[in-house]
Amino acid sequence: MNAPVPGLAPTTYIGQDTPRANARRLLAGRGQYVDDLRLPRELHAAFVRSPHAHARITRLDLSPARKSRGVFWCGTGADVARAVSPWVATLTHFKGMKSAPQYAVAVDRATWQGEAVAVIVAQTRAQAEDAAQLVEVEYEPLPAVTDMETALDAATPVIHPDLGDNLAFTRGVDTGGVADVFAAAHLVVEDTFRFGRHTGVCLEPRAITADYNPSENQLTVYLANQAPHMMRDIFAKHLDIPEANVRVIARDVGGSFGIKVHVYPDEMAIVGVAKLLGRPIRYSADRLESMSTDIHAREHRVRAKMGVDRDGRITAIEIDDLTGIGPYSVYPRTSAVEGNQVVNLTGAAYDFRHYVANLRVVFQNKTPTCQYRAVGHPIAMAVAEGLVDHAAQKLGIDPAEFRRRNLIADDNYPYTSASGMKFEALSHHACLDKLLALMDYPALRAEQKALRARGIHRGIGLAALIEVTNPSAAFYGVGGARISSQDGCTLRLEPTGWVTAQTGVTEQGQGTEAMIAQVVASAVGIPVEHVRVITGDTDTGPYGGGTWASRGAGIGGEAALLAGRELKANILALAGVILNRDAAGLDLRRAQIVDAATGEPVLPLAEAARIGQYRPDTLPREFQPQLSVTRQFGQRDWPFVFTNGIQASYVEVDPDTGFVKLLKHWMVEDCGTIINPLLVDEQLRGGIAQGIGAALWEEVLYDADGNLKNGTLADYLVPMAAEMPDMVLGHVETPTRSSELGAKGAGEAGTAGAPGAVMNAINDALLPFNARVTEMPFTPERLLRALGKIA
Amino acid sequence: MKAPPFAYRRASSVADACALLDAHGGSARILAGGQSLIPSLNLRLSQPELLIDISQLAELRGIRVSATEMIIGALTRHADIERSAEVRARFPALADAARQIAHPAIRNRGTIGGSIALADPAAEWPAAALAFDMRFTAVSTQGERSIAATEFFKGLYETALLPGEVLRSIHVPLPAAAQRAAFGELTRRSGDYAIAGAFVTASVTGGWLGGTRAAFFGVATRPLLAARAMRALDGSAGDAAAVAAARAHLEADLDPIADLYNSRATKLHLAGVLLARLVARLAAPGG
Ligand SMILES: Cc1cc2nc3c(=O)[nH]c(=O)nc-3n(C[C@H](O)[C@H](O)[C@H](O)COP(=O)(O)OP(=O)(O)OC[C@H]3O[C@@H](n4cnc5c(N)ncnc54)[C@H](O)[C@@H]3O)c2cc1C
Repeated sequence: MNAPVPGLAPTTYIGQDTPRANARRLLAGRGQYVDDLRLPRELHAAFVRSPHAHARITRLDLSPARKSRGVFWCGTGADVARAVSPWVATLTHFKGMKSAPQYAVAVDRATWQGEAVAVIVAQTRAQAEDAAQLVEVEYEPLPAVTDMETALDAATPVIHPDLGDNLAFTRGVDTGGVADVFAAAHLVVEDTFRFGRHTGVCLEPRAITADYNPSENQLTVYLANQAPHMMRDIFAKHLDIPEANVRVIARDVGGSFGIKVHVYPDEMAIVGVAKLLGRPIRYSADRLESMSTDIHAREHRVRAKMGVDRDGRITAIEIDDLTGIGPYSVYPRTSAVEGNQVVNLTGAAYDFRHYVANLRVVFQNKTPTCQYRAVGHPIAMAVAEGLVDHAAQKLGIDPAEFRRRNLIADDNYPYTSASGMKFEALSHHACLDKLLALMDYPALRAEQKALRARGIHRGIGLAALIEVTNPSAAFYGVGGARISSQDGCTLRLEPTGWVTAQTGVTEQGQGTEAMIAQVVASAVGIPVEHVRVITGDTDTGPYGGGTWASRGAGIGGEAALLAGRELKANILALAGVILNRDAAGLDLRRAQIVDAATGEPVLPLAEAARIGQYRPDTLPREFQPQLSVTRQFGQRDWPFVFTNGIQASYVEVDPDTGFVKLLKHWMVEDCGTIINPLLVDEQLRGGIAQGIGAALWEEVLYDADGNLKNGTLADYLVPMAAEMPDMVLGHVETPTRSSELGAKGAGEAGTAGAPGAVMNAINDALLPFNARVTEMPFTPERLLRALGKIA
Repeated sequence: MKAPPFAYRRASSVADACALLDAHGGSARILAGGQSLIPSLNLRLSQPELLIDISQLAELRGIRVSATEMIIGALTRHADIERSAEVRARFPALADAARQIAHPAIRNRGTIGGSIALADPAAEWPAAALAFDMRFTAVSTQGERSIAATEFFKGLYETALLPGEVLRSIHVPLPAAAQRAAFGELTRRSGDYAIAGAFVTASVTGGWLGGTRAAFFGVATRPLLAARAMRALDGSAGDAAAVAAARAHLEADLDPIADLYNSRATKLHLAGVLLARLVARLAAPGG
């Protein structure tokens, strides 16, 4: 039996480090971003934006701008509204949720600083900006609602009087009897956590070119976007064009992080103006516009407490989450999801039964917030992990040991969390064990102790996490949003034996195309170089949801697997007919039709493809080779397929300056079947970097009147390479049984856990000073205040 | 954003630049490395009608040493200073400081003259000029004059340069044998403008500090010498008591102002921490 098999063995790319094909193209400067595109007769747009957070527009005179050099057209909110109907962003499964109609360009009233009030179209962008400066706008400033703590007070003006108050959404969870459990607890720890409003900073800003052809009532939109089919539906609806006549093309996209999956009023305006003028209109947000109009996220204040018994077991958690979302809920996903996730996910890595959560989502006159990478997770994880470390410290239990006592046991699945989340199979303990081994936890603790004695203050912080991935329709579809939770993959066997794959999931630089190619090559039995992947064109690709909620590999990959298997079966059927053999005895390996038993090549795939495409006349009359296939996949077993993981941060705090130096970061996670370890590790590292950004640097600052104070990248601090610690990564693989591939998502776990890990590390370092910080980002000033160095 | 329209002239000599400045009154601006001017144009924060590009004037670039001073041409790039063996040998603190200015790409273009002429309160060179008692030479169609750094920085982005003047060179007195210097700054990310930074120079003889100069940046509307703190250090060994006494004067010396992320109290505290650390380095045996 051990004799070497003659011929070809089956091979797979699943689990193999496979460099992505598009990296070379992008690095060579051959990317095709929206701004690289040139269309005949195109015009450039610029916006006049409100300098006030809240103001009535009492006069708006476009005539000086109309006379400016190169100007083609100028319009107000009312002008644009002739082409674009307003929208209201609510979901029916968020009971009682409300928001107000939002226009593409403000009509009569601006509700945040940066909201567009007029649009200028000119031959060049510079000319459009020159003209924008000439527009005369008179504003009557209105009181701005900026502090979410007072947004619901009776004395606070209501931003949308028709709604009655500034409450967009509220939700409560109460498992019952929680007060009694707290009363009986051996220890109750309490903290108030604050999270700085921040945003996802993409290298490529939002960019759009809209081209309307009146002769066919046909709209083509080139858009830096994650969900082309969603946008197609929305353009069709709000511009009143049949959906079939709308084509959305997202070629290369330079980072997205959830920023590019929403409806932006200025982009709707561009599309509307293109329709009004019948000429292609281009627009890219500049960095200042990005900072004031890209969605923000994460402005939360969470009061939280945790009850623990004598053995250090969590008995109850209670949270009160208040979050401010700007003046409108963002279309079509709504701005209630983030807070909802905080309610769903807080503490859900742990085995406890008593939970109370209250959420209030309030309107404010600041940039609208919506889903940004790891939606709600970083908040939920930091709250729970902060409480866990607090309790462990009070009880004198090592934080790793405390987690061991409380994380849901690896053999306790399926499991339903106190908040109602259903977990198929998680591996918290396996991940914890692996993490502690990777970091040599006892040695690190010993080093920390020795250095502390010498006045060097280092801290170790752990953060367990779960991540929502592979969502079913439970996320949006059930709430009435026309956002697909399924995706398709279409494969076409070329006459050369190569395969062209089209997929509904999209590429923003994370390697989706490489992942699809690996799955297809493995399923069909061809070299990965023989697969070409096309994404992001609604006219040609299969219908699907696109990229969000870490679904690309789990949903799009599964569709690719199913399509690949089907195509292979069709190819073998063809080969069987050509060879006059039973197809069941054939296999396809490395582009060769082989004898399945021996692996011996019997017919090159290219030859079968040639015959199938050009010489069907040589085949029996009743046999038609099927060399294109499409398969769809939607995950149906669970509302969401959860992943899990754990992170550790090692920092050094300078107690004189309040500075935090990141020394090292570890993460072990379980995203099920790993298709491409290189890509998964990239996701983890990038995600961790963004989470660290939240912990140490990123915060959009406003003054009390709603003026944005840090609209440039000199003032808004993103994480940079020089400050990043080495990251050591490990994996545990628990494939999901909801698909054949078994892959779960990996896009957000890094971001989900890093802020909590860094916070816990800082607080661990601060222990000798009896100081504690719970307000992100952890600026030197906040540390100095906690240390009592400044008032 | 795109810059508003402007005219552009490449100066053929310093004299040409001065003549162009005169001809265009206040509506022209000198363009050196462009690392501050171009961003401000692109944000439409300033709208000059003419840019006079001096960046190709070789006569303005380079580092020379005479018997008494080091002369740095205004167009000398931050990166030139960072890599200069001459600077490293004679003024290691300046070489260290050069490396803390922005990022490599910006240091490859940005010039010391641009930095001094701009007088950003958080920039390194203006404070260095105070600590090392530098002088600047400015030229105009009227001739040239020498201005002491201590007379130069008037306020926020405000200097003693007159409208028709071009900054030509920076003059650093060569240090006496006993002079020591220390530089330090606190930035949250490498390359950022500092929350607080300082240069401290002193002659150290037998462990005693004399002629101490402590120049701070990033704490007020302009770079400042902490005069009272300096006096408190003179004649001391830079010991903890002397440092504490000096720190107590910083509030009066610096009158710090808050920035986006740091209150006045934080700025003051951090300036004090820096002073203590830099003095400790100066006073350390062999420091
Ligand atoms: C991201 C970023 C980070 C930065 N970080 C730092 C930092 O940490 N520390 C720091 O010090 N700087 C920093 N800078 C600024 C940088 O050092 C600039 O290069 C410098 O301040 C200006 O020099 P420049 O040659 O680029 O001048 P320019 O931008 O060309 O000119 C600046 C001003 O000076 C005038 N000017 C220039 N040269 C002369 C001259 N010879 N005579 C008269 N007037 C003149 C110009 O008219 C203009 O008003 C940073 C810049 C950027 C973009």
